[in-house]
Amino acid sequence: MNAASNLPVRAAGEAGPPPSRVVAVVGPPNSGKSTLFNRLTGLRQKVANFPGVTVEQHLGKLRIEDEAELDVIDLPGVYSLNPRSEDERVTLDVLMGRMEGVPRPDTILLILDVTNLGRHLVLAAPVLALGLPTLIVLNMADELERRGGDVQVEELARRLGAPVALISAASGEGYDTVLQFLRGRIGIPRPVELPALNDLPRCREWAARLGAEAKYLPPAPPVWTRRLDGLFLHPVAGPLVFLAVVVAVFQTIFSAAAPLMDLVDRAVGASGDLVGRLLPEGPLRSLVVEGIWGGVGSVLVFLPQILILFLFIGLLEDSGYLARAALIADRTMAKVGLQGKSFIPLLSAYACAVPAIMATRTIENKRDRIATILIAPFMTCSARLPVYTLIIAAFLPERPLLGPLLGTRAAALLGLYVLGFAAAVVTARVLKSSILKSERTPFVLEMPPYRRPTLRQVGLRLFDRSKVFLRRAGTVILAMSILLWGLAHVPTKNGKAPEIADSFAGTIGRTVEPLIEPLGFNWKIGIGLITSLAAREVIVGTLGTIYGIEGDDDGASLQAALRHDLTPAGAVALLVFFAFAMQCMSTIAVVRRETGGWTWPILQFTYMGVLAWVGAFVAFRLVTALLA
Amino acid sequence: MAEIEFHRSPAPDMPHTRPPATLLDLRKGEEAILDRIDLPDDVSLRLMELGFLPGSRVAASFRAPGGDPRVFRVDGTEVALRCETAARLHLRPLPKPDAASAT
Repeated sequence: MNAASNLPVRAAGEAGPPPSRVVAVVGPPNSGKSTLFNRLTGLRQKVANFPGVTVEQHLGKLRIEDEAELDVIDLPGVYSLNPRSEDERVTLDVLMGRMEGVPRPDTILLILDVTNLGRHLVLAAPVLALGLPTLIVLNMADELERRGGDVQVEELARRLGAPVALISAASGEGYDTVLQFLRGRIGIPRPVELPALNDLPRCREWAARLGAEAKYLPPAPPVWTRRLDGLFLHPVAGPLVFLAVVVAVFQTIFSAAAPLMDLVDRAVGASGDLVGRLLPEGPLRSLVVEGIWGGVGSVLVFLPQILILFLFIGLLEDSGYLARAALIADRTMAKVGLQGKSFIPLLSAYACAVPAIMATRTIENKRDRIATILIAPFMTCSARLPVYTLIIAAFLPERPLLGPLLGTRAAALLGLYVLGFAAAVVTARVLKSSILKSERTPFVLEMPPYRRPTLRQVGLRLFDRSKVFLRRAGTVILAMSILLWGLAHVPTKNGKAPEIADSFAGTIGRTVEPLIEPLGFNWKIGIGLITSLAAREVIVGTLGTIYGIEGDDDGASLQAALRHDLTPAGAVALLVFFAFAMQCMSTIAVVRRETGGWTWPILQFTYMGVLAWVGAFVAFRLVTALLA
Repeated sequence: MAEIEFHRSPAPDMPHTRPPATLLDLRKGEEAILDRIDLPDDVSLRLMELGFLPGSRVAASFRAPGGDPRVFRVDGTEVALRCETAARLHLRPLPKPDAASAT
């Protein structure tokens, strides 16, 4: 079985379709759709929302040799085109050219998992019925071969009335056929009669008959998946493995990231010095060095940690382990009234609450969905990571707890993650037994076979996350740093910048001081709390700017400066505050959009804010008493 | 809603006293033919898209630690269902009484 030679119905005198301009990638979940999309577009892609709805659309560009550029749209994974869920409705609307602002595709790449051809082929009926030039891309050719399956591609193409390519999107095998098709170099067989689309059993029979006619030999069951499930779903070993994975992630965030962070730190410091030397003494130099380098630079240092976190999340997702984790978590989720499906958005909330809240649309039950949205921001998102690691590193000496496996700092970080999770669970329980009570909805989740994550996929994801992080550093954090620098330099006294305590920034900080004094925070922390309403990690930049302006002891690190302003009890209180408070404008905006009004975001912001204050107050008192 | 105890399952080495009536009665590795789905339309359509078509073969596979949800092998894939859902998928006995082992 050689995929590259499988050009079906080679156009001998028969004209192919005109070269395409807008290509839609359609396919069921777990068929390798994103892998194909990434292979087509590489780094030239962006993520946006379809206008008016919350379904993410991935758009990319593709240039084949010297021909015109193509637009590629990656549509959500669907099993059918019956517009029941929002994903299916969007897919159908885009394919029919009914989605405003999205050009109507003139070509479809329908990607199906060839190791499960019978079931996946069902989707070919409604897609081919659209009448657009369609290439049926049978993915996972390598896996089919390895597990001893086979299919006759030419015969399948003839029976389907559409060209078929057998490829491996991960390895690139057979990928050339896809490009040939997009260039209009592959002939299209005569259309055939399709089964009645609304009759699912008949469609499935049709798919089975086609498979039999194309001599489809299903591959042997995935032996490794069974073996791994024997371990990962083992009643005892399964949860232990889960725990070990989590501990390893946290330990790596501290230990492996440290040298990289040093590197970034030194680069930021050195470039700041260089810029400082190039600029003449004066307000401009102060703005650039203290305001921008001090503010943005102190946040940039955390890029390595965030990338390590996303590396792990990516590996877990691409390997198929995430579905098992959802399975293990379902009973716990059921106890608080939610379902395993809430688990996946909640897990991605560990990266960022914004995509997590958008991902809740897979939850069909509206009340379950709102409950999941309301608790998602309690999950420790990556923006909290800089705040947590800064404070932990400043106040907690690193000592081994479990030999080299787990140190004190990683344990403290793990504890904060648990704290956020606990707040989420308790909140869910309260919501689901009061205002959001509902019947339990069925939990249905497909368990994909385990697959080896590819460097390309994971690399692209990390690249994407870096872009998002750097964009935030370049916009929100930069703007807040400049604003803060400005506020810290007025009103001028005798033509000179005031002491920071007498500046506008200091006045603002001191205005809120009475409110936060019971938590052990002074006015400088107060300024940080206010600026971090925009985004949590801004507090790090803010403190960087404030201490940069103060500049009392030259070269003193942010950590050392922080120890002047916080007692250990205050530090714990600050950690608790950040674990609970909803300091993120993007999250508030996305909750408003997803819930269709201001009621839920206002409720959520207030609830989380009160919880943060009370939690920090209790923590401050408790630790003060313990240390006394 | 009353919590029903679903986690008990016949001992693996004992023969069934009567043929399994729903997916919930299937022991790990055991196979049967799906007869009908007793669930609201939207849920049963979703299940049918995943392969739970009446007349298809379904085999019990792994379980989550604790026994719920359970994984079922159907139409070349594995799908996890909670026990309360599995109890709504009714079986008809296999044509041959001893063709129980699924590989």
